Amino acid sequence: MAVASAPLRILIGKVGLDGHDRGVKLIARALRDAGMEVIFTGLHQTPEQVVNTAIQEDVDAIGLSILSGAHKTLFRRVRELLKEQDAEDIALFGGGIIPDEDVATLTADGVKALFRPGAPIQEIVAFVKGLKPQG
Amino acid sequence: MSSHGSHPFLCDLHDLVILAEQVGAGNVRAVSRLISLLENHPGAREALRLLNNSSRGTMVIGVTGYPGAGKSTVVNRLVSVYRQRGLKVGVLAVDISSPVTGGALLGDRIRMQEHALDHEVYIRSMATRGYHGGLAPATGDAALVLEAAGYEVILIETIGVGQNEIDIVDLAHIVVAVVAPGLGDEIQAMKAGLLEVAHIVVVNKRDLPGADNTLRDLREWCPNVLRTVATTGEGISELAAAIMAHQQSRGARLVGEARNC
Repeated sequence: MAVASAPLRILIGKVGLDGHDRGVKLIARALRDAGMEVIFTGLHQTPEQVVNTAIQEDVDAIGLSILSGAHKTLFRRVRELLKEQDAEDIALFGGGIIPDEDVATLTADGVKALFRPGAPIQEIVAFVKGLKPQG
Repeated sequence: MSSHGSHPFLCDLHDLVILAEQVGAGNVRAVSRLISLLENHPGAREALRLLNNSSRGTMVIGVTGYPGAGKSTVVNRLVSVYRQRGLKVGVLAVDISSPVTGGALLGDRIRMQEHALDHEVYIRSMATRGYHGGLAPATGDAALVLEAAGYEVILIETIGVGQNEIDIVDLAHIVVAVVAPGLGDEIQAMKAGLLEVAHIVVVNKRDLPGADNTLRDLREWCPNVLRTVATTGEGISELAAAIMAHQQSRGARLVGEARNC
């Protein structure tokens, strides 16, 4: 099989004390089926683990699922750490149960997109594909 | 922000020289990027000639075996052993790319995330990208990058399919095959391929029923068979000792020797 262009590499995982991983697994699988290399970290990651992993794996983007209500703290911390590591070129997106006003705050803070319950998988795949222009 | 802060990379020589220097200084981002370049652009192999790999006593340990036998968990435990000895450890974990879409789910490092905050451990997942033999096309190149960056032990986990994915033999100084109980009888142990090329065979999950039979069958045909329960760490120090004994027998430098004396 010839690979025409480099596949997108995406870190997918869950941060914090939140064990609801059905959704995040579906997303990981959908991105795989869209031809991407998905680095799946599993549950209970800290922002520090996520950012170190993203750098070692040289990913194009980080997608986090947060259903615990701690989304503001956790997304901001990940952004902060990416900045500290001079790695803001790694796009950050996510999903979960996130109120309208928090979506606005977080996107202003640099989270590229947030997908909430009911978001079609195709929309998420199209968003991730659009992160890197493909030849 | 450095001039090397964004993708995509151009493979010009100047960039490669800078990247190779940063790799030599142990810069993790540079290591990551050079591995990506080697995966994506054949021209990046020029950088390998710029790396300083001389006088490094790096040991390369291959871990292979059947799917689900516990390779990642064994690797995770071995990382802990070598970290306790003060060594810098690199891990290259290979998983398969879909022959249909080219995509891959790289999940080996789930078992290794306890090391994600340790700056002396570097873990990289690689997809096979259509390559046969149990490794990714750039795995050997990635090992050279890790060596040049000062990693003293490199653990390479293969995709672990079956009996013909044995490219690891050419890359590693020692090959450990991980098997689990209940995957076949004595005849499986006699077949050519995976078990034939392993220096050490590990029966993992020895707490499961049938482990003693598996052990007995394998010992009929393989000289060096150990048992472990990687989830608890049982048998891992014996495995590390067997790896060291093998290194000694082939006259290579001992892992940890440089630090211990």
